[in-house]
Amino acid sequence: MRNAFADEVTKLASEDERIVFLSGDIGNKLFDKLKLVAPGRFYNCGVAEANMISLGCGLASQGLRPIAYTITPFITYRCIEQIRVDACYHNQPLTFVGVGAGLGYTSLGATHHSLEDIAMLRSLPNITILCPADPVETRGAIRAAINVNGPVYIRLGKKGEPVLFQDNTNFEIGTPNKLVDGENTVILSCGTITAVALELVKELKSCALYSFHTVKPLNTQFLKEIFNQYERVITIEEHSLIGGFGSAVAEWAVDNRVDTKNLVRFGTKDEFLHGANDYSLGAKSLGLGLEDLRSKINT
Amino acid sequence: MLEEMAKRIRLAVIEMSHRAETPHLGSSLSVVDILCALSDKIKSDKVILSKGHAITALYALLAELGQIDKAELLHFNENGSRLPEQPSPHCVPGVEWATGSLGHGLSVGVGFALAARIKGEKYKTYIVMSDGECNEGSVWEASMFAGAQGLNNLVVIVDYNKWQATGRSNDVMHLSPLVGKFQSFGWDAVEIDGHDIETLTSEINRESNKPIAIIANTIKGKGVSFMEDDNNWHYRIPTKDQVAMAKAELGL
Repeated sequence: MRNAFADEVTKLASEDERIVFLSGDIGNKLFDKLKLVAPGRFYNCGVAEANMISLGCGLASQGLRPIAYTITPFITYRCIEQIRVDACYHNQPLTFVGVGAGLGYTSLGATHHSLEDIAMLRSLPNITILCPADPVETRGAIRAAINVNGPVYIRLGKKGEPVLFQDNTNFEIGTPNKLVDGENTVILSCGTITAVALELVKELKSCALYSFHTVKPLNTQFLKEIFNQYERVITIEEHSLIGGFGSAVAEWAVDNRVDTKNLVRFGTKDEFLHGANDYSLGAKSLGLGLEDLRSKINT
Repeated sequence: MLEEMAKRIRLAVIEMSHRAETPHLGSSLSVVDILCALSDKIKSDKVILSKGHAITALYALLAELGQIDKAELLHFNENGSRLPEQPSPHCVPGVEWATGSLGHGLSVGVGFALAARIKGEKYKTYIVMSDGECNEGSVWEASMFAGAQGLNNLVVIVDYNKWQATGRSNDVMHLSPLVGKFQSFGWDAVEIDGHDIETLTSEINRESNKPIAIIANTIKGKGVSFMEDDNNWHYRIPTKDQVAMAKAELGL
């Protein structure tokens, strides 16, 4: 995803002089081409995320379209107050992008995990939250983001995520992209875990799958139709069950007196990982292992 | 003339604090001369009062400059007024950013200055910070970045009144030497009398090949003898009699 992101941002920067790229001292060589096509519009802001967000908002307020990029926990938790005040309160068109979201950096430990970022950011007024499922949606998300007149958070995976969508797939903020048709059950998948969801869908009878990439603004009209149409609605995300996409769906359902007995939410437990973990063990420990999901779906 | 304006601003600030029963009077009084020295820059350049708790001083200056109506100051902090106790985004022309949470103004200002460089625009960016604000780590993140980029269209003025909310700023944190700190971060830094408008003006207009930091030595509560250097006036609200005494002292 990050290669697709870097490539698309490079294209954007060569097309649009308002694009300014801010890096939190990551992406060694990833943005070399961008530096060439957009001289004077790439800044390594160092390991100083609070300053990067606020200065990005300063740039945005002067008519530029900054994109700030670093590892997810550092561009979210580390500088939440700068995001809240300078980006959201001032409603500035800053796009900030977290790479390796969820368990993207499982082996680096909980300092590098981000399983609570959506919960925190979703509560902020004016923000748009995009969680692309694959490299194709990643390209669409960054293109869509720079046309939003307010702050946008993009939650990316790391590298090597499978391509799920065709190259010409449309990406419209708020419009889920269908991956699989089905009539009984629907899985609404948010972000990179969509590849896992696709495995699950293959095993289920007549199960539809959507990439529900926009957590905010929540497409409630779509949800309304989905809850009318399907016997069972499953949400899945690489994020805590507290406050994420599934929570947003559940809140909407409760507030609108939608029957929630057929809603199932998959996400991570309310725990930190300790010790050494690869993705497979980490996901399993937190309740997102494929076997775990299978057994929950079948009960 | 600017000195006379400074006196009127001081009285307006005291009256606003009295009328609206709002604190931070000492902080507002210490920054008045710095803001007066920046009065030319408000329209032509970018000025951020990063110590948003002293916003009454900026509101009063904007009224002097005709950016807002002087009568509006009488409704400071009343429900529905455009002049809240601490600024909201673009509440009135001349308020560039909703400060109040300390340590944001310099980073945002670095963004303004960098935007001018990228877009080839001539404006300069002036940031007024408090000394207590320099406790915030983001101030030094921004300082390192500005130094690395050599942002010579950026000027910081620190209202160095030696107090923060509950103590002497050099006791709470090892703040001194501020000039040395900024210099070591790649800035052109000087220390001057923060109540000498002429010197302030000349430093503000100085050109450099680096970002400029002006460490302005000030007195908290400046201009009213019984408020000067008494940190109780960080929170205390002046009575009607005290307003009258202050007015007499200011010769207004």
